[in-house]
Amino acid sequence: MDKIPILKVGKCLLVTIQIDMHDRLAMALQDDLTNAIVSTKSKGVLIDVSALEIVDSFIGRMLSNIASASRVLDAVTIVVGMRPHVAITLVELGVQLSGIRTARNVDKGLETINRLIEQSESTDADGDD
Amino acid sequence: MLTETIETVPIRSSEDIVRVRQKVRFHADAMGMSLIDQTKIITAASEIARNTFEYGGGGELLLEILRDGARRGLRLTFSDEGPGIADIEQAMRDHFTTGGGLGLGLGGAKRLVNEFDIKSQPGEGTRISLIRWK
Repeated sequence: MDKIPILKVGKCLLVTIQIDMHDRLAMALQDDLTNAIVSTKSKGVLIDVSALEIVDSFIGRMLSNIASASRVLDAVTIVVGMRPHVAITLVELGVQLSGIRTARNVDKGLETINRLIEQSESTDADGDD
Repeated sequence: MLTETIETVPIRSSEDIVRVRQKVRFHADAMGMSLIDQTKIITAASEIARNTFEYGGGGELLLEILRDGARRGLRLTFSDEGPGIADIEQAMRDHFTTGGGLGLGLGGAKRLVNEFDIKSQPGEGTRISLIRWK
């Protein structure tokens, strides 16, 4: 079975989805990514969906699950690069993607994620703040 | 109205759902559908194909091109011989699910196409057809 590669970039994990995933592959990615957050002690996850031609409710649910699991594991998830026609279709379908942070491209996503990581680290250092 | 059958696609695995998306994209693009219309009908097809596989125990998709005067459209008919749906009205409602999904499949797919038709009887399977006009 194919696997979607997960790359470690600084304190983040970067996933670029470049193929039309079948459902089991999407589930495997969800599990692999959740495990990788813990094993690599990552503070952020960047998921690049710019190559995806469609996002249906299944993939939408996978993205929500990854975002929720990473939050519980003290990491931030940002979904980047969603194409406009994909975004419109998702909204009409009724998928909310609530609680998911987004950015226009990988550069902006990395910028945001690094800022969020710095903020959480300085809060940790301040103690009870 | 003229109907031209293009092909049938079996839906027996989660890889077949990907194949359904690819076939629908190919024919929607060949008809000259806009990118947004293509995306809507592919997404609707993906939702219904998953229902056919997960709830219907597998089945098939029939792809047809419709000609109504100058108007052309793509009709997708998904059929299975699964347990059928007892309460169609309830199944069409958003967030209703008997599985682990979001419950957006049927109602969501209906919003993405121009015409939506569902026929189902408990014990006699389900037949859903979607039309997106160009």
